[in-house]
Amino acid sequence: MLDAPAHPGRTRTDTARPLVQVRDLKMYFPIYSGVLRRRSGDVKAVDGVSFDILSGETLGLVGESGCGKSTVGRALLRLYDPTAGSVTIDGEDIATLSPGALRRKRPTMQMVFQDPQASLNPRMPLSDLIGEPLIEHTDWNAERRLARIYELMDAVGLNRRFANRFPYEFSGGQRQRIGIARALALNPKFIVCDEPIAALDVSIQAQVVNLLEDLQDRFGLTYLFISHDLSMVRHIADRVAVMYLGRIAELSPRDALYSRPLHPYAEALLSAVPEPDPNVAATRTRIILKGDVPSPANPPKGCNFNTRCPRAFDRCRVEKPDLVEVEPGRLVACHLYSPDTRHAGSTGSPEAAIQARPEHFQQGAPK
Amino acid sequence: MTDISAQQTGGPQPTSKPEKPASARSAIWAQFRSHKGAVFGLAVLGFLVLAVLIGPWIWHPEKLSVAQAMKVRNQPPSLQFPLGTDQLGRDMLQRMMQAGKVSLAVGFVAMIIAITFGTLIGVLAGYFRRLDGPLMRMTDMFLALPLIPLLLVMVMLFRDDIARTMGPELGAFSLIVFAIGITSWMQAARIVRGEVLALKEREYVLAARSIGAAPHRIILRHILPNVVSPVMVAATLGVAEAIITESVLSFLGLGFPPDFPTWGRLLFDGLQYMQLYPERVIWPGLAISLTVLSVNYIGDGLRDALDPRIRGR
Repeated sequence: MLDAPAHPGRTRTDTARPLVQVRDLKMYFPIYSGVLRRRSGDVKAVDGVSFDILSGETLGLVGESGCGKSTVGRALLRLYDPTAGSVTIDGEDIATLSPGALRRKRPTMQMVFQDPQASLNPRMPLSDLIGEPLIEHTDWNAERRLARIYELMDAVGLNRRFANRFPYEFSGGQRQRIGIARALALNPKFIVCDEPIAALDVSIQAQVVNLLEDLQDRFGLTYLFISHDLSMVRHIADRVAVMYLGRIAELSPRDALYSRPLHPYAEALLSAVPEPDPNVAATRTRIILKGDVPSPANPPKGCNFNTRCPRAFDRCRVEKPDLVEVEPGRLVACHLYSPDTRHAGSTGSPEAAIQARPEHFQQGAPK
Repeated sequence: MTDISAQQTGGPQPTSKPEKPASARSAIWAQFRSHKGAVFGLAVLGFLVLAVLIGPWIWHPEKLSVAQAMKVRNQPPSLQFPLGTDQLGRDMLQRMMQAGKVSLAVGFVAMIIAITFGTLIGVLAGYFRRLDGPLMRMTDMFLALPLIPLLLVMVMLFRDDIARTMGPELGAFSLIVFAIGITSWMQAARIVRGEVLALKEREYVLAARSIGAAPHRIILRHILPNVVSPVMVAATLGVAEAIITESVLSFLGLGFPPDFPTWGRLLFDGLQYMQLYPERVIWPGLAISLTVLSVNYIGDGLRDALDPRIRGR
């Protein structure tokens, strides 16, 4: 990159310090009702979320529609003003920065949007689209900007001849490359990928994800990868956070989570991933949750998941579980794994609790 | 770690130099030319503008004395008077050209004032939520004002003062243009506000915010280019409306001085003789209609030309 600060040694394995620290992030959207448009409540889209993203890693953020994944991503970059909590990116608290300081901070954190059609101004040619961040944050002349635009186009695999074309002339995958080039233009350290592949064909999804991984290796990027595509998250993420109704249910390293999910919701979610091997698929139990997601405007008392949880017990209905480390590197917000429950229960260990599960999972299971 | 620049300097530069991204203007012109109506409108409007600007130099009939003029009153079109003469024996062609200069100027300047002001109010009200209420109530207030009485009061109050400082003709011109402009921006403001409200929720505006673009940049780069279509429609209609409002004012004796011809004025002068000499009404009416029609077509073509999606087809 032209005047990129060198980041020697910032690779995936260098996970010494967290680049992004989120503490108790809350994002409420007010509901106004009645004739006088009084504030009658809040949609608690994100309700107390805390996590770290280490430098150079990819944190996957999964969950069903409407659970607040995208809101977390947008609040992280302060596209929404968070209701409470702090977001520290590279040593500065984003949530409280002044508008001017936030603007200067923007180059370190960028976003790739879900719908590349909607996130590109239809009246701007490609060169202007990619050059926009440069106009905002550098005082380069047109020639130097153009050189950088061409570099970026090369980096994301767009032909230089396309510089004059408009978004409607590109395919979905190409448009998403434009979106990625825009995000890369200012040499960011941290990129929020907000369902970057959800609007793309399956054949193109792999291209874009591979491009993202390739760019991460080359430039030492840190990603928050928001998606509902569990197998794609498994492919790209180092650690995965599972969200349910505005809270993180489980935050675990990828392999551990996919092989043995701890939180009942994570378990149910992962059982929905199609299994390519028919022999394995035949022996698997598919956990089908009953009922709907409660409204985030009126979340249930106690654990968010207690209305649908097959293993909920009395404590879940009164007390909100905190996200605590139950095994090295694995954080779960579930009373099943809290120390007092564990000691009180006869099974003694969460593994035993899991093995005891089939009797609770009769409903909806085909076998 | 590899840098993008390192990637670049390694490989040979592409031999064919990519086209510079600057050909937008020629693309717009090419699309505009492909719109037949727009080209026709441009030709007609160009003819009208040329006729009123350089026509008086080409066509300057000798000045008749009062006695001579009395003899040639109410003449039908002839070689000497191509459009005939009026009830005072004045050459209609000459008067049409003089009138056209004023009418076209009033139409365009008033339209530009109205559109600029309307777009400004609309964008501010649509983009900044805090300004929305006050600005829109102000728009409502202006919409509720009866237009003609307001214009009458304005003209009555300020005509003499302005005429004293700027001269009678320029004074009347600026007063009328200002009066028309200030009373016809509301539609544009309403339309633009609605569009801006929709546009600012679009994801590319969010994307611009995520790269740290300042509000004025977002408005100039992302909002305004996308409200061009409705503004263009409002503008073309505005020209017609301004010309007609001016003629209404002249008719009421509050526009330009009576000896100062405008198309609207000629129309109303001819109205009394319409049954005897219909051409007296037809000429200014035709000129106004042609102007409005050509401006509409130009606006149509311009709107298409400015939209890259249509341009690409």
